[in-house]
Amino acid sequence: MIRWLVAAILLLFGRGRPEPPPKPGLPPRPTHPRAELLVLALLALVPGAVVVFAVVYFTSANTQLLGLTLGGAFAFAAAASALAANRILPQDTHVEERPELDHPVEQAEVEELVAEAGEGVTRKRLLVLAAGGAGSALAGALVLPALSCGPDATKILSESPWRRGLRLVDEHGDPIVAHAIELGGTITGFAEGADKERLASSVVVVHVRPDELDLPPERAGWAPEGFAAYSKICTHAGCAVSEFRYPLYDPTSPKPALVCPCHYSTFDVSTGGHRIFGPAGRALPQLPLEIDGDGHLVAAGDFSGRVGPSWWGVRKS
Amino acid sequence: MGGAEELIRKAVRALDERLGSAPLLKKTLRYVFPDHWSFMLGEIALYCFVFLVASGIYLTFFFKPSLQHVIYHGTYAPLRGTEMTKAYESTLQISFSVKAGLLIRQAHHWAANVFVAAIVLHLMRIFFTGAFRKPRDINMWVGLTMLGLAIFEGYAGYSLADDLLSGMGLAIGYSVLVSIPVAGAWLAALAWGGPFPGGEVFIGRLYIVHVLIVPLAIATLLAIHLAIIVRQKHTDFRGPGRTERNVVGTPLWPSYAFRSLGLMLGVAAVLFLLGGLFQINPVWLWGPYRPDLATNGAQPDWYIGWLIGALRLMPPLEIHVFGYTLVPNPFFGGALFPLVVFGFLYAWPAIERRKTGDRLRHELLDRPRDNPWRTAVGAAFFTWVWLVFVAGSLDQAVVHLQLSYVQQIWIFRIAVIVLPVIVFFVTRAICRDLQRSDLHPLDRRPKRVRRGPSGGFETIED
Amino acid sequence: MRLVAALLSVCALVHIAPARAAGDPQRGKELFQTGCASCHGLDAQGIAGRAPGLHDAGAAAADFYLRTGRMPLDSPRSQPERSEPAYPSDQINDLVAYIGSLGGPPVPALDPAQGSVGDGERLFAANCAQCHQIVGRGGAMPGASIPTLLHATPTQIAEAVRIGPYVMPRFGPEQISDRDLASIARYVAYAKHPRDEGGWGMFDIGPVPEGMVTWFVGALALVLLIRVLGKRAGE
Repeated sequence: MIRWLVAAILLLFGRGRPEPPPKPGLPPRPTHPRAELLVLALLALVPGAVVVFAVVYFTSANTQLLGLTLGGAFAFAAAASALAANRILPQDTHVEERPELDHPVEQAEVEELVAEAGEGVTRKRLLVLAAGGAGSALAGALVLPALSCGPDATKILSESPWRRGLRLVDEHGDPIVAHAIELGGTITGFAEGADKERLASSVVVVHVRPDELDLPPERAGWAPEGFAAYSKICTHAGCAVSEFRYPLYDPTSPKPALVCPCHYSTFDVSTGGHRIFGPAGRALPQLPLEIDGDGHLVAAGDFSGRVGPSWWGVRKS
Repeated sequence: MGGAEELIRKAVRALDERLGSAPLLKKTLRYVFPDHWSFMLGEIALYCFVFLVASGIYLTFFFKPSLQHVIYHGTYAPLRGTEMTKAYESTLQISFSVKAGLLIRQAHHWAANVFVAAIVLHLMRIFFTGAFRKPRDINMWVGLTMLGLAIFEGYAGYSLADDLLSGMGLAIGYSVLVSIPVAGAWLAALAWGGPFPGGEVFIGRLYIVHVLIVPLAIATLLAIHLAIIVRQKHTDFRGPGRTERNVVGTPLWPSYAFRSLGLMLGVAAVLFLLGGLFQINPVWLWGPYRPDLATNGAQPDWYIGWLIGALRLMPPLEIHVFGYTLVPNPFFGGALFPLVVFGFLYAWPAIERRKTGDRLRHELLDRPRDNPWRTAVGAAFFTWVWLVFVAGSLDQAVVHLQLSYVQQIWIFRIAVIVLPVIVFFVTRAICRDLQRSDLHPLDRRPKRVRRGPSGGFETIED
Repeated sequence: MRLVAALLSVCALVHIAPARAAGDPQRGKELFQTGCASCHGLDAQGIAGRAPGLHDAGAAAADFYLRTGRMPLDSPRSQPERSEPAYPSDQINDLVAYIGSLGGPPVPALDPAQGSVGDGERLFAANCAQCHQIVGRGGAMPGASIPTLLHATPTQIAEAVRIGPYVMPRFGPEQISDRDLASIARYVAYAKHPRDEGGWGMFDIGPVPEGMVTWFVGALALVLLIRVLGKRAGE
C-alpha cells in the first residue's frame, strides 16, 4: 500500500524521465519546470470546480453559482492549455511553401477536354441553348408546386370580420359600454365572435370631445359622441398602436394622437387617423362606430382601408 | 512516459494500415499557422458555433414548439392564470423548473450574441488587411453568407419563445416580408402558412429552420470555409523572412493545437460565466405575445439593431403605381438597406480590383495604413452602418437623458449622410500621415544615437 | 366622558395616516396665491394659454402633482416631470386641502393587498406597458417622455390612472375598478424588484444593455484571451 502511495507522489511531483539527447546540430531545449507546476495546479483545480458544480447542481441549482463553477472549471482548463502552449511546449518557427494555385497548362488541357464533347457536333450553339431552355423549364416545373404551400394571400390579407351591427367586446368577451370610457380614455376592442389574434380583429377605441373631431365629410357620423375607433395594427410594420396621447390641458401639450411604440409612427385621432410623424406610409384605418340601445359600442361598417402593414393590394387612400 | 509513446505508435500504425493515413497526418501535424492574435477572431466564432449546437441540442429536450394555448399554473406568480402558448410555457419551465436549464438557455443566447460579434470583428480584420483579395474573395463570400445566416438564425431562435418582445419582432419581420414589391404578400402567406400570427404550422416551420436547416447550412459553409483556408493556406503580415510564396509560423502540433484548445475552453468559460451571471432575455418579465399588446422600449437583439434603426430613421416614403402600393415603407429599411450593406461587402473585392487595377494574387496582408483609400471607405461604411444601428435605440436616450425623440431622429437623419463623408476624409488623411512618417502615432519618442568605441552606432533608450 | 374623548382622538389619530393629516385650506390658499397663482390665477380659475383652472380638479390631482414634485412647473410648455417636491409635506397637505375644497375627487385610499399580482400583470400589459414599458421603466413618445414607475407609490398610481396627467389617458372606475387598481399597484411594486433569476438584471430594459455586455464583456474578454494566446514565448 505504501509503495503505491510513494509511486503516486513520485508520479505527481517527480522529475519525469530525463530528456532524450538533443537532435544533432540543434541547441538543447530550455525547460520550464515552474510553468509545468503551474499548469498542473490549474489542471487540478478543474475537477475541484467540477465537484463544486455538481454539489450546487444537486442542492440549490442556483443559476449564478452553476455558471460561476462551470465557467470557472473551463477557465482553469483554458488557462492550463494557454500556459502550456505559450510556455512549455516547443516554440518553433516553421516555414512552408505555399501551393501553386495557377496551372496554365492544366487550365488549357481542361478547356480542351470539355470542348472534346463537341467534336462532330454540327449545331453546338443551338443544342446548348435548347438544353438551357429545357433545364430552366424543368426547374420552373419543380418550383411550381410550391405555390400550393401558399394560401390565397390577397384573400387572407383583405379579410375582416367587421360588418354593420357587430359589437365590440373587451379582452374578456364582454361588450364595451361606451360611457365606461372616460373622456381622454382608451380601450382595446375586438370583433365579437372573431379570433382575437387576427390582425383585423383588434381596434383601439378613444374618447375625445366631439368638438375636437375634424373627420372628412364622408365619415361625418363615424365617431358618435366623440368615441372613435381605429385598427390597432400599425400600417407601418404590424405592431399594436397602443400609446394614446391625450392632453389634460390642450394649449400647452401635444394634441391627441395614437402612437406606435415600435417605430413611433404617430396618427391623428381627430382627423381620421392621418400620420403626423414617423415612417408609416398611410393613415390608420378607421372603423365607423354606433352606440346601440344598451349603450354598447357597435361597428357601423367595415374599416376605411386595409388593416395592417401595406402590401401590393393596398390602394393609395 | 514510455507507455504513452507505445500507445501513439500503435495508434498511428493501426490507422495507417487501414486507411493509409500516415502521409495525411504528417502533413496535418506540420501544417503551419502564421502568428498574429487577430487571426484567431474567426476561431472565436467557430467555437461559439460549436457551443451553440451543443447547448441547442440540450434545449431541444425541453422546448415545446407548439402554439396551443394553455393557462399557466407554474412557479412564477405574476403569470399565474395567464393564457399563453406551450412554446412560451416550456421556455418558462426551462428557466425555472429544469436544473441548470436557465444557465444553458442563457449561455445559448449569449453564445448567439457573441457569435455574431466575433464574425463582425473577423470581417473587419479581413476587410482592413485586404485579406479578401485574390484568391480569397470566394472565401469572403462564403463567410458573408454565414454572417447573414447567423443573424437570421439568432432572430429565429429568440422568436421561438413566443414572448411579447420577440412576438413584436416577428410582426415586424412579417411586415418587411409583406413589403417586398408585388410578391411580398404571397411570400409572407407562404412562410406563415396563413395569416399572421400563424398557428402550429408556422412554429413547426420556424423550429425546423432554426434547429436543423440553418445549422446544417452554416456547418456546410463552415466546412467549405475551412477547406478553402487549408487549401490556400492562411495569409500573413509582412515581416522578416515572409514572402508571397511561403508561410512562416507555428506548427499545428503541438503548439497551435494547444492554443486552439485553450481558445475553445476559454470560449466555453466566458459563455458559461455570462450565462450564469448576466441575465439575458428574461421572457417571464415580458409576458406572452398577443398581436394586440405592445411594450414601449421593445428592441431586437443587437445584431438586428441596424434594421430597427433603418426602419425608424426612414422617412414615410411609399411608392405607388396605378394606385397600388408598389413599394411599402418597411421595404426600404428592412430589406433594401441590408441588401445594400451586404451587396457592398460581397462586391467589394471586385470594386477594389476595378479601382486599383490589381489582379494579382496576394498572400501578404496590408496594415490598414498601407491602403488609405480602402481603409477610409471601410471606415466610412462601417460608420454609416453603426450610426443607423445607434438610431435604433434613441428612445432610451429620451427616457434617461430627457432628449426629444423627434429632434434626435432629425439629427440622425442628417448625421448618417454627413458623418461618413467626414470619416472618409479624416481616415484617409490619418493613413497617409502614418505612411509618411511610418511611425506609430504613439511612438514618436525622440531617439538618440551614440557611437561606440568600435565605431558602430547604437540607440540610447530613454 | 374624558376617557371617551381620549379614546376617540386616539382612534382618529390611528385612522388617519401621518402624511395625510388634514391640511388647512386657509393656509393652503395663501400658499397657492404666492406659488401657483401666476399661472393658475388668483382664484384658481386658470389663465388661458398658461395653465388650467383647478376647480373640480380635486385633492387627488393636487396631491399627485405636488407630492411628485411635478408642480410647480418652471414654464407652462415644459412637460411636468417627477422631482423633489417643492414644498414640505405639511404645506402640501394645506395646498391639497385648499384645492380639494374647490371640488373634485379626493385623495384615493388604495390597499394593494386587495389585488393580485397576476391580475395586475395582465392589466398592466393591456393598459400601461405600451407607454410605461412592461416593468415600468418608462419610455418614449413623440412629444413626451414617459416616466419610470420605480418611485411611484400606490396612491400616486391610483391618482395618475384616474386623472390622466399631462398626456396620459384617463381610466374611470367602470373601466378599471378600485380592485383592478390595487392589482396594478401590486404589480408595479413587484416590478420595482422583479425576479432576476438569471443574474444581473441590467435594469430590466432588454436587449440594449445585453448588447453592451456582449461587446464590452464577452467580446472584450475573448479578444484579450486571443491576444495572450497569439503570443509566443519571447515575443
